[in-house]
Amino acid sequence: MTKLVLTVDDSRTIREMLRATLVEAGMEVLQAEDGVQGLEVLEGAVPDVIVTDINMPRMDGFGFIEAVRDSARHRAIPILVLTTESVGDKKDRARRLGATGWIVKPFDPAKLVNAIHRVAA
Amino acid sequence: MDSMAAIRQTFFQECEEQLAELETGLLSIESGDSDHDTVNAVFRAVHSIKGGAGAFGLDELVRFAHTFETALDLVRSGRIEADAALVRLMLRSSDTLADLVRVSRDGGAMDDQRVAHLHDELTRIADPDAATAAPAVSAPEASVDQTANAGEAGDDDGFVPLQVSFDGLLGGDADAEPVAADSIFRIWFRPKPELYAKANDAAKILREICSLGEADIACDVSAVPVLAELDPEGAYLSWTIRLVTGLGEDAVREVFEFVEFDCEFTVEQEMPADPVFDFEPEPVAAVLDQAASLAEGEAEAPAIPQKVMDRIAEVAVKDAAPAKPAAGGQSAQAQASQTIRVDLDRVDRLIDLVGELVINQSMLTQRVTEAGIARLSEVAVGLDDLEQLTREIQDSVMAIRAQPVRPIFQRMSRVVREVAEMTGKSVRLVTEGEACEVDKTVIERLADPLTHMIRNAIDHGLETPEERVETGKPEQGSVRLTAAHRSGRVVIEVADDGAGINRQRVLEKAVANGLVDPNAQLSDGEIDDLIFHPGFSTAGSVSDVSGRGVGMDVVKSSIQALGGRISIASQPGAGSTFTMSLPLTLAVLDGMVVNVAGQTLVVPLTAIVETLQPKEADVHGLGETSRVVSMRGAFLPLIDVGHELGYREAETDPLDGVAIMVETENRAQSVLLVDSIVGQQQVVIKSLEANYGHVFGVAAATILGDGQVAVIVDVDAVVAGRRAEPDLANRKRTAA
Amino acid sequence: MTHVNEHDTASSNELIAFRLGGQEFCVDIMSVRDIRGWTPTTPLPHSPDYVKGVINLRGSVLPVIDLAARLGFSSTEPTARHVIIVTQVGTQSVGLLVDAVSDILTITDDKIQPTPDVASALARCFMKGVLAVEGRMISLIGLDSVLHTHPNPGSVN
Repeated sequence: MTKLVLTVDDSRTIREMLRATLVEAGMEVLQAEDGVQGLEVLEGAVPDVIVTDINMPRMDGFGFIEAVRDSARHRAIPILVLTTESVGDKKDRARRLGATGWIVKPFDPAKLVNAIHRVAA
Repeated sequence: MDSMAAIRQTFFQECEEQLAELETGLLSIESGDSDHDTVNAVFRAVHSIKGGAGAFGLDELVRFAHTFETALDLVRSGRIEADAALVRLMLRSSDTLADLVRVSRDGGAMDDQRVAHLHDELTRIADPDAATAAPAVSAPEASVDQTANAGEAGDDDGFVPLQVSFDGLLGGDADAEPVAADSIFRIWFRPKPELYAKANDAAKILREICSLGEADIACDVSAVPVLAELDPEGAYLSWTIRLVTGLGEDAVREVFEFVEFDCEFTVEQEMPADPVFDFEPEPVAAVLDQAASLAEGEAEAPAIPQKVMDRIAEVAVKDAAPAKPAAGGQSAQAQASQTIRVDLDRVDRLIDLVGELVINQSMLTQRVTEAGIARLSEVAVGLDDLEQLTREIQDSVMAIRAQPVRPIFQRMSRVVREVAEMTGKSVRLVTEGEACEVDKTVIERLADPLTHMIRNAIDHGLETPEERVETGKPEQGSVRLTAAHRSGRVVIEVADDGAGINRQRVLEKAVANGLVDPNAQLSDGEIDDLIFHPGFSTAGSVSDVSGRGVGMDVVKSSIQALGGRISIASQPGAGSTFTMSLPLTLAVLDGMVVNVAGQTLVVPLTAIVETLQPKEADVHGLGETSRVVSMRGAFLPLIDVGHELGYREAETDPLDGVAIMVETENRAQSVLLVDSIVGQQQVVIKSLEANYGHVFGVAAATILGDGQVAVIVDVDAVVAGRRAEPDLANRKRTAA
Repeated sequence: MTHVNEHDTASSNELIAFRLGGQEFCVDIMSVRDIRGWTPTTPLPHSPDYVKGVINLRGSVLPVIDLAARLGFSSTEPTARHVIIVTQVGTQSVGLLVDAVSDILTITDDKIQPTPDVASALARCFMKGVLAVEGRMISLIGLDSVLHTHPNPGSVN
């Protein structure tokens, strides 16, 4: 079954990179540029996994994770946090808010795909 | 890989946008006109560049961006105050970051010392005691580490660049370690409720463990309470697994990477010799099913029927967004983005086709007129509408290539900072009309001349702060950079409030250099114009700033090459203003259509000074073949275009033709002789090189209203060819 | 239309045959983009005698080569009955002025014979070989050096 992944990142470069990696791995990709747009996309789609950045305008990754976990429809979607912040407290905060796992940027495509397979149902 | 190259291009495009954002943000912080969002945006810009750079293994860029980002983070979090000195440091850092980006993209050398120095300064903000702890710029320890564990928790504060490779994406396990003898692990695992709340799942963990080798799994259900006491969000199961695998303990522990704080687990290696189990193994599949159903129940709160959950979800969605239509993911995205990126080639192809349409339409009009159809007939009226539409299409298409001058104006603020620092002058740059749009290529080619003019304005135009105070001016000088549309062209001005041109000195120097006769009487304007003369430099000594072997003559020729004109107005004590008038597009050119030896040619209007009817008394022979025309006391070479371009053997009698006085890029004046002038017209520029090659004396081609190709005369080459007559034979051969 | 070896699918080429100064020549159909009647050209300054000038081909500027002059025959005085074969040579489009287009041939590579030594050195450097078709001899023209490179009998491809 083809996996549907929503990627939320304000950087066009990272979005394209994620898309290339995930499409190559046979997945379908939805994209959003920030948390607000991510929630908009979720109104019309229920992805298997969400990959989100932390630092974004309008609504950052923390706010986005919190909103997804508060939504009855989407709370069960695994969320991977994609961040350059490998610093412990950032990761902790993401985890407390409900992130399922994390990938440190710059990401290794094989690791990303592995992580998605690991958390996806 | 192609997609990688495309993403790399995207990355650098995005970098340019981020750099502009960064600079704009810093400048508004500097002017005190900023809020928390500005600081955030500035931080994000640097953060984004770092993120992308890491993916491409641009280590140096990553390192500098990281240091810069760390310093910005302190400002963002309010731990340090962004005072004037700090903002200046940030601005310099942003300039250096821009340089690093460009060096990463285009290659070339960086001033390593400058980078290291800034690195130090930025580091000291975060930690004033850090002294000169900055790493050498090309420190080898920064080499790319493919094996870095991306998920390693802990204090890995250092940012490890990891290169992206698309190879082996679908290949084997990237973490596979050399297979030693199989080890046996005994794993105990009990999820906490938090694990399920984060959309993790015991079943997935078990599945992952199974993928590592041969697993025997036992589920302990003894902790599950009676139904009445069951917390739907609780977690009551635990598992014991015996795993036989060729992988090491690290690989086993990595399975728990995301859940280590949301469960209890132990991993112990068993001695292979020990065959004793304390549980009865169950079939793996059955356990997985059981785990999945139980886990799902726990996460999804089965106490409430699914129907009710669904209904609530529907209502919740409606409440949250009452006005929104039920949009799919893709269309929601489409609404959010209002621009598309288009390959420039496609736009140029469209411009070509529209140029074609214009020609076709005018041919049609000509034919209809020839056919004697009445002006007010339906056909003629329809054609008028077509003409109107065609014009509008042409304007709209040209507008696609148009871009605001903002980015280049923003770049000038950096030039101002650098030159101000170098010269010790205090300068304020005022910009106006940044939204003014010009053809992309015009903008690109404007950067160098504009940079030079700004440098000149500060270095030569503005006085030192002391001098300014003495003359009653404010200590800080100002340079105004403005853009405005004026009658189908864009006019860009660079104005300073400095001392104005020192005409006495300019004149002395021009006389000394033999540019002007010592007895000549020149108007103020004529003296000011001398600075555009090749090789002229007004600075008494060659300075660091402007003394780069580039004079205003080069600026002038770059502007002329764009089909533009430049002029200067100066007022002693009040400053100088350089005014450039540029075409909005390079796809069309204003030309004078002329006839020469039965051929129709186009002479670019920018090169033409005036046209005149030569009188017999004005034409003089010079040597065996050359002729000159006297114009207001000066003798200008007379060039028969038809003869020069090889359209006819004999030279024409000047009295039968029309003389066009032209000025070449190096400001030399000559007179071109043509048979007659047809008129002035805007023509679409067509490449001759695409299908043929460069032809001496020809700048490009165009297609006239009758569908015929006409060549556009390269005035400079024709004039220069006249001077280098003996080479002509050689040129004929190379042109072939 | 003449089809030679219609059933041979081994490596058959389609060629456009045309007449030029009483002789027959042909070029690979794959390099032909268009065939159109003669239209007056705009002469280019300082161009070799075999360059007739340029014409407007749907908005781009197309050079027209007098192929007869290029092959060393006397140059053509074009009339309304002459034909311009628009060809693609590398990235460039080039028009060839010829007397008339005569045929489309389908041939296999093994039907192409080496150019006989009797042809002039200039002509030979554009000829890739000759074909015998129904008793006529047709010379196959290679377009690589028609526009620019100087005739160099030493490097015939």
